Amino acid sequence: MWHISEDDLESIAIGAGILGTGGGGNPYIGMLRARQMIRENGPVKVLSPNELDENDNIVCVGGIGAPTVGIEKVRDKQSYYALKAIEDFTGKKATAIISNEIGGSNSLEPIIPAALAGLPIVDADGMGRAYPEVQMKTYFVYGVPSYPMAVCDEKGNTALITEALDAKWVERMARSVTIQMGGVACYALAPMTAHQVQTTAVLDSLSLVKRLGDAVRNARTIHEDPIEALLNVHPGKVLFQGKIVDLDRQTTAGFARGQVVIEGMDQFESDKLTIEFQNENLIARLNSEIICIVPDLICIVDSERGEPITTELLRYGFRVTVLGFPGPDLWKTPEGLATAGPSAFGYDVEYSTLELT
Amino acid sequence: MHIGIDVGGTNTDAVLMDSDVLVDKIKNPTTPDVTSGIISCINTLISSRSDVDQIDAVMLGTTHFVNALLQRRELAPSAALRLCLPATTMLPPLIDWPNDLKNSIGGHTYMARGGHEYDGREISSIDEKELRKIANQMTDEGVRSVSICGVFSPVDGSHEKIAAEIIKSETPDVNITLSSEIGRVGLLERENAAMLNACLVEVASKTVAAIRTAMLSAGLNVPLFFSQNDGTLMQSEFASHYPVFTIASGPTNSMRGAAFLSGVLDAVIVDIGGTSTDGGMLIRGFPREAAVSVDVAGVRTNFRMPDVFSTALGGGSLIKQNPLTIGPESVGFKLASEAMVFGGGQMTATDIAVANGMAEVGDLRLVSNIEKSFSEDTINEIQKRVEDVVDQVKISAQPVPVVLVGGGSILVRNSFDGASNVLRPPDAEVANAIGAAISQVGGQVEKVYSLTDMSRDEALDLAKDEATQKAVEAGGDPKSIEIVDIEEIPLTYLPSNALRVKVKAVGNLI
Repeated sequence: MWHISEDDLESIAIGAGILGTGGGGNPYIGMLRARQMIRENGPVKVLSPNELDENDNIVCVGGIGAPTVGIEKVRDKQSYYALKAIEDFTGKKATAIISNEIGGSNSLEPIIPAALAGLPIVDADGMGRAYPEVQMKTYFVYGVPSYPMAVCDEKGNTALITEALDAKWVERMARSVTIQMGGVACYALAPMTAHQVQTTAVLDSLSLVKRLGDAVRNARTIHEDPIEALLNVHPGKVLFQGKIVDLDRQTTAGFARGQVVIEGMDQFESDKLTIEFQNENLIARLNSEIICIVPDLICIVDSERGEPITTELLRYGFRVTVLGFPGPDLWKTPEGLATAGPSAFGYDVEYSTLELT
Repeated sequence: MHIGIDVGGTNTDAVLMDSDVLVDKIKNPTTPDVTSGIISCINTLISSRSDVDQIDAVMLGTTHFVNALLQRRELAPSAALRLCLPATTMLPPLIDWPNDLKNSIGGHTYMARGGHEYDGREISSIDEKELRKIANQMTDEGVRSVSICGVFSPVDGSHEKIAAEIIKSETPDVNITLSSEIGRVGLLERENAAMLNACLVEVASKTVAAIRTAMLSAGLNVPLFFSQNDGTLMQSEFASHYPVFTIASGPTNSMRGAAFLSGVLDAVIVDIGGTSTDGGMLIRGFPREAAVSVDVAGVRTNFRMPDVFSTALGGGSLIKQNPLTIGPESVGFKLASEAMVFGGGQMTATDIAVANGMAEVGDLRLVSNIEKSFSEDTINEIQKRVEDVVDQVKISAQPVPVVLVGGGSILVRNSFDGASNVLRPPDAEVANAIGAAISQVGGQVEKVYSLTDMSRDEALDLAKDEATQKAVEAGGDPKSIEIVDIEEIPLTYLPSNALRVKVKAVGNLI
C-alpha cells in the first residue's frame, strides 16, 4: 500500500504517456485535476491487488470522448457522479476504484472519485496500455460483464446502460451518448469482486508507470540516459533510434490514422522504421519486416529526455527513440487477440511476440 | 518610404526603407524608458534629409510588453471571467499561474453561466443579473481590466460579446479582452493568453501614446504600426488593445528581415549570436508556428508564435579540451575583453574560428598556439551542431536555402548538409528592423465550423472571406490581399461534422 502525492503525479503522467503508445490524450489537464483533488482532499491511498478481499466491491472509472473537446470543456467531477449512479443502481457501495486504462491521462481519472469519496485506488487497470474503445478491456475479455455503466456529463445528466449484448454494444451506446453530452463525459462501470480484479486485471500497472516516470526524472536530474533508466525498470528493448523523415496523418472515422517513417541514426544508420497508428501505435516495420505488433507496445520517446511523444505531436525532424515493451499476457490469448489484436484493427497479419534478446 | 524600428533587449535598431531599398540604418543601445532610444534613432535617420515628407509610416517591433510580464511591472489590476457554468469548475481561471505574477495583478477570478459545446449548442444561457453582480464586485476590488473567456468561444463568440456589453454597462471605464479574439481552442491556454493581454493593456496604451507624441515632436505625423507574432503589422490603435500579439515579434522580424535581405521565401534562418544559436523555418515568407503550447513568463498559452529551435552555441561559447566541449557557458557580451584574440584568458569559439582562418578578428598571434588539428576538430563539431539545428527546423528532407545572420556566423562554413545554398546577406545586423519595415498587414481566422449546416467548401469560403476582411480592416489594400495559408483540422472522435479551419490573408499597406 502506498499513497499518491502531488509530486508522484508528474512521474505517473510520464510513465502513463510512455505506456500510452502514442494515444491516451494530453496529460496536462489530467494532472491539474488530480493535483487539485489531492490538494483539497489529501494524498490518495493505493492498494495492491492482493490486498483486496471478499468484502471488496471495485468499480472501474474512466473518461470518454474527443481529446479536442477535452482540452476545451475540461472535465470536472463527472466520474464521481458516475460512481454514485452505479452505487445507487446496484445498491452496493464501492470500496475501491480501478482505472480503465493506464496509458495516457485516464491513469489519473480514478483519483477524482477516489479523493471525493474517500476511497482507495487499486494498483491495476484494464489495458496495461492505451486502446481507443471501451470494449478493449481485459476485464470484459475474461468474463466480467461490461454493464451496468453510468455515463455522466457536467450538467447533471446521467445515462445508465443496464444491459447489453456485449461490450462492443456498450461502446456504441456510450459513444453515442457522449457525443450528445457535448463530446466529453466520464463513466463508471463493471463493479468487480477482488477475485475478478486479481484474475482479469493488468496488475501493478499504476506503480509501474510511477516507477517509469521516476526513472526518467531521476536520470534527467543526474544527467544519465533516461532511456537506459526506463529499460532497467521494465523489460523492453530499443527498437530503433533516428529522425522522423515522413509523417502521414489523417483523421478518418474518428481516429487519427496514418504512419510515421523514421530514418536510422547511429547503430541504425541505413535502416528505416515505419510505424502505423490509429491514435495508438500498432505496427512497427524495420525496413519491411514487422518487428513489433499490437498488443505489444510501441512507444516513441524523445531521444534526449525520454519524454513520450503522442501521435498528434509527431513532427518532421524530431530525434526519437522507439521502444518496444511486451504487452500484457492477458491480451495474447485467442480471446484477447480477437478483441484487441491486429485483426481488431483491420490488419490481416498474425500476432508474433516481441523478441527481447 | 518607411521607418522600421526594432527595440531589443540590448540594442534598438532602425532602418529607413524606400520601398524595397535600404536607404539608411542606425543601431543604438536600448534606453531604460524605451521611447527615448526610439526617438533618437528616428532623429538620426531623418536629420539632414530633405525628403522627410516622403516617409509615410513607422513600423515598430518591441519586447517591451513581454518584458513587463517577465519583470511583473506596470501590470494592471485584472480579473478573469469565464463563461462556463456548470462546466469546468474543477480548474478555475489562473490555476497554474506563477503566484508572484498572479498576485501582482490581484488574481481576481469569476465563473458564470454561459459557454458553448463543440457544435455550437449553448452549455447554458447568459445570466444578466449574475454578470451585473460580478461587474460590481470587480469595481469593489479595484479591477481595471477584464478578460472574458467562454467555453468554445472560437466556435461561437457571441456569449463573450454579450457579457462584455453587460460588464461595460456597469463599469464603463474597464478594459475588456475577449479570448476568442486572442487565442484558439484549448481553454486554459486561451484564457491565460487573454488574461496576459488584459494585464498589459494599460502599459500598452501609455507606451503607444508616448511613442506617438514623440514622433509628432520629431515632425513625423504618420501612422504607427506594431509588428505581430505572425509577421504582419497591426495599427497602433489595435496594438494598444492587443499588446499580447507583439510578444514574439523579435524572432519573427529577425527571420523575415533575413529572408528579405537574402531574397528567399522558403528558407531556414539561422541566427548565431554570442551565446546561442536560434533556428527558424520560413515558409512562403512567414515563420512556421510552434505546434504545442508556448510558455510566456511562466504562463501556459497557445499563441501562434514562431517555432524557434535554440541551442547553446555562439561566438562567446567557452571551449574546453580533453574532452572537447563547446559551451553552454559563454562570455556573452564580454567577448571583446575575455576572448584570447582580444588579449583575454578564455578560449572561445571566436578564437577557434580565427585560429582556423575563418575570420579576421582581434590579434591572430594571440591564438597561434592552438593546435591546428584541435581547431579543425572543434570547427567540425560546431558545424555539425549548426547543421543539426537546420535539420531540426526543416519541415522535410528537401534541401533548402539557409540564411545566416548574427555575429557568430563566422563560426560556420559556406556549405551545409541539408542546405541547397548558404546565404550571408549584408546589413544582417539590422535584419530585425528591416523585418519590421517590410511587413505587410494581415488577417487571420481560426474557427470551428459545423459541417451539418454547411459544406466543407462553404466553410472554407467563409473563413477566407473573414480573413480577407480582417486584412482590409488592418489597413490592407484590397487589391493586394492574398490568402497565404489554409489549414484544415478535422476534430477526432467526433462524427466528422466539426472542422477546424485556419486561414491567413496578407496584403500591402495602402
